[in-house]
Amino acid sequence: MRVNLRVNGRPRQVDDVWEGESLLYVLRERMGLPGSKNACEQGECGSCSVRLDDVLVCSCLVAAGQAEGREVLTVEGLPGASAPSSALSSDPSGDSSEDDRSGELAPIQQAFIDAGAVQCGFCTPGLLVAADDLLRRDSDPSDADIREALSGNLCRCTGYEKILDAVRLAAARGETRRREGG
Amino acid sequence: MDFLRPASWEEALAAKAAHPAAVPIAGGTDVMVEINFDLRRPDHLLDLGRVAELREWEVGERTVRLGASVPYTQIMAELRHDLPGLALASHTVASPQIRNRGSVGGNLGTASPAGDAHPALLAAGCEVEVESRARGSRRVPIDAFFTGVKRNALAPDELIRAVHIDRADGPQQFSKVGTRNAMVIAVCAFSLALHPESRTVRTGIGSAAPTPIRARAAEEFLNAALEEGGFWDTGEAVPPSIGARFAGLASGACNPIDDVRGSAAYRRHAIGVLARRTLTWCWESYRESERRAPCA
Repeated sequence: MRVNLRVNGRPRQVDDVWEGESLLYVLRERMGLPGSKNACEQGECGSCSVRLDDVLVCSCLVAAGQAEGREVLTVEGLPGASAPSSALSSDPSGDSSEDDRSGELAPIQQAFIDAGAVQCGFCTPGLLVAADDLLRRDSDPSDADIREALSGNLCRCTGYEKILDAVRLAAARGETRRREGG
Repeated sequence: MDFLRPASWEEALAAKAAHPAAVPIAGGTDVMVEINFDLRRPDHLLDLGRVAELREWEVGERTVRLGASVPYTQIMAELRHDLPGLALASHTVASPQIRNRGSVGGNLGTASPAGDAHPALLAAGCEVEVESRARGSRRVPIDAFFTGVKRNALAPDELIRAVHIDRADGPQQFSKVGTRNAMVIAVCAFSLALHPESRTVRTGIGSAAPTPIRARAAEEFLNAALEEGGFWDTGEAVPPSIGARFAGLASGACNPIDDVRGSAAYRRHAIGVLARRTLTWCWESYRESERRAPCA
């Protein structure tokens, strides 16, 4: 079947999608967006986390056909979509396609690097999307809020402390940016 | 495989009538796991994601009409006051990602003995609104809904439209045993609801019998003990002996199995512990509310 959807701001059309196929498979294997990781295929690990119509979901549990006409944001689109400051400060052309943003990082991505929150890196894309989703809803989360927001994302290197540090760092920098921006 | 995409409830009923073996999919948190693991290859997937009314709810005078696809996240955020037991249970479901997609309608459709919503629905009291194109709508009392392991009272051409849950008239609790606070299929779960208006209690047990069940003997014992002791009026603490007997009867209601998550003996024991704890929590809340607003 054919599926039409918007991915990271850009309209996409894919053909020959099998009816039982997951959105994750479509993203990775048909659209060349391998940022969302395929691990458990049962919603346990969170490595395939994306936003579907602005709601955080496991893309392995969304049937491709359910994404018809919907808006999907993957980790590849985070730099263009996450923090208002970065979205405003660059790309005056208004073209928000993910390709034009290569090299640019969302604040949460920079925070993960600066805090040393990446080990093998496999869980990182899902954690970035989940952490960014938290900070969009709550700019100053408590530690308990962070833990709950990331409870559906597994890191088998068990680098959780640095990951928590990264989310705190991103939140603190967001606070600073907002203060300085008036 | 065909992917059916009804745009309305009427179209969904027509599709189910035409293809009674079609598997309804809403949040996909159960169905997609089975498809991803090649455990299920239905001829038709029936996507309910476009039927907007299934994501709506309405708070009535005595009941909440909860659309089948309202995600757990929304129940936690919006219905904590009216459906406290179900809101607590919703919060224990898996993770934020899953709670954003999973729903009570899906839980009832799967009808797993481990479904987190079920004990809370049994304790609160509710009716499941189901419908077919041929025979129209009917309401199934929750006590008659679960018919076997992963089996429910739905006919092949029926779909779950909504759940009519009694609004809480007293404290409700839900407690679940698992290895951590997230991503846990219940080893076992227990829900208790006090109904001060009728001076009764209701219970729900999960993962400790072939279906979700009520602990009826425990309810009857506690109803009688609270009445005879005048506890509803006095708001006095319930003595430990009553809690212990209630716990023992709750354990006795179980008919569990040994599996990878826990042994039958452990489940039976744990249900007793959860029953005693939830009684303590509920009764403390009831006493507080009585102290704040004594009966006129």
